[in-house]
Amino acid sequence: MSSGVRGELLNSLKRAQAEHAHLPREVMEEISRSLEIPLGDVFTVASFYSFLSEKSRGRNTIMICRSVPCYLKNSAMIVESLADELGIGMGETTADGRFSFTSTNCIGACDSAPAMLVNDDVHGDLTPRRISRILKSYR
Amino acid sequence: MPEQRLVLGNCGVIDPRDIDTYLDRGGFEALERARSAMTPEEVIGAVRASGLRGRGGAGFDCGLKWEMARNAQAEERFLICNADEGEVGTFKDRFILENDPFTLIEGIAIAGYAIGAEKAYIYLRAEYHFLLDLLLGAISQARDEGFLEPLEVEVREGAGAYICGEESALMNSIEGRRGEARFRPPFPTAEGLWGRPTIINNVETLMNVPPIIARGPEWFAELGTAWSKGTKVFSVSGDVARAGVYELAMGCRLEELVVDLCGASNLKMVQVGGAGGSIVPAGLIDTPLSFETVLGSGGITVFDESRCVIDIVHRDLEFFADESCGKCTPCREGTEVMLEILGRLSRGDGVERDLESLEDLSEVMMLSSLCGLGQAAAVPVQDSLLHFRHEYEDRVEKSLFLRTLEKAGRS
Repeated sequence: MSSGVRGELLNSLKRAQAEHAHLPREVMEEISRSLEIPLGDVFTVASFYSFLSEKSRGRNTIMICRSVPCYLKNSAMIVESLADELGIGMGETTADGRFSFTSTNCIGACDSAPAMLVNDDVHGDLTPRRISRILKSYR
Repeated sequence: MPEQRLVLGNCGVIDPRDIDTYLDRGGFEALERARSAMTPEEVIGAVRASGLRGRGGAGFDCGLKWEMARNAQAEERFLICNADEGEVGTFKDRFILENDPFTLIEGIAIAGYAIGAEKAYIYLRAEYHFLLDLLLGAISQARDEGFLEPLEVEVREGAGAYICGEESALMNSIEGRRGEARFRPPFPTAEGLWGRPTIINNVETLMNVPPIIARGPEWFAELGTAWSKGTKVFSVSGDVARAGVYELAMGCRLEELVVDLCGASNLKMVQVGGAGGSIVPAGLIDTPLSFETVLGSGGITVFDESRCVIDIVHRDLEFFADESCGKCTPCREGTEVMLEILGRLSRGDGVERDLESLEDLSEVMMLSSLCGLGQAAAVPVQDSLLHFRHEYEDRVEKSLFLRTLEKAGRS
């Protein structure tokens, strides 16, 4: 047994996700063919990791930290602010496809709680006003 | 007790983007010393003599792990640096990577030399993707200076799964599989990544290696307690005035960290070691922090008197039920049932029997879960029942009373 192509699967899925903002079935089929890994195996890996999504999402994905340290600093405020600003609820995508938001477990930004990730960027010490400004910076 | 910066000595001092600022402070001298003046066995001997134990939470003897991997018969061996810091309330490794990636790389190079690995992986959690460029830059500068030869260092990124911080799940993830825990034995030091002997060390553990080699194991072993040598880097958050990363000698008291340094007041309890960490009530705030007492990953979440213990433990279990990989039954089902019971208690639908069920489940999960996740999930439940049982009983009693009133009102 050696590293081989199997070890490339997660990287391939991550690259595809970055390109398409989610993992459409055709893309997983393509990965399955090129790495010669059964589609079922590709799907089972894709469905395991929370940052990989088979469902279509917005161009910008917001993940609110729902863990205890952020909860203590009123992370519920982030959910309310985002719902107000974007007019969508948790797990939904804006009509223009610009944003979708969901929650995730601890993102390791507890010293600047409450915090969220927008794509790969960490934003901490959030207030409704800061959230509004942050959203404007993503197209 | 003041802060003692052994691991964080370069943080805020060097430029993490410029290897020269690290070299100016004696960077990579420990590696040179290890390679030119010590055999791999002597390096392992020094780490064993230092008493260094793993800083990711489990506290395994680091030198012993290296020795087992070195002694395993194999054509190749692997080294993995675990930078999948997912423990709730833990951000020390992020701080280290942000401020001093070079000491980590030096530690990796020394470890690679000691066990005879030619390939090292750094497994970086997806949430820390923003650190990738910095880390890759540091690796390439070290490579250009010739420090990594013959070691190849590759960064692998996770994709959002707490369980991948567990060593066997982490290896499955690198192999391109679901991040599920493996049965042990075989242990990774015998059959790890792709069936080869592998050591998996936390970021902070490897940060301790260059100073141990540079200043000697005796110097290191003088710090700390009988079974916990050196310092510990703590991540403190929650109800404190000054959240952040602090480094103190092992054996420091919880009060010194949380009250004196971080400015906590009206303290109710502290959870030490993330969502699966021990819950220490305010009355025991003079507890020392060490492997002998409480420690874990050093993630410290502070709660003041306004917080409800059932609410917090319920949220801890939300985390574990969500992150359980689902492979073993005690953890997969146990976390769900605990979540359901705690939700019931939290909403005011609890019954007296619920407390007993939580205790029974805790015991089963601790004894029979496949990995640390299912075992840890039971810790806050058990600890809160031990220290705050009256709150649970009070909640059940009041909810029973309220339900009786409701019923009377309806009839």
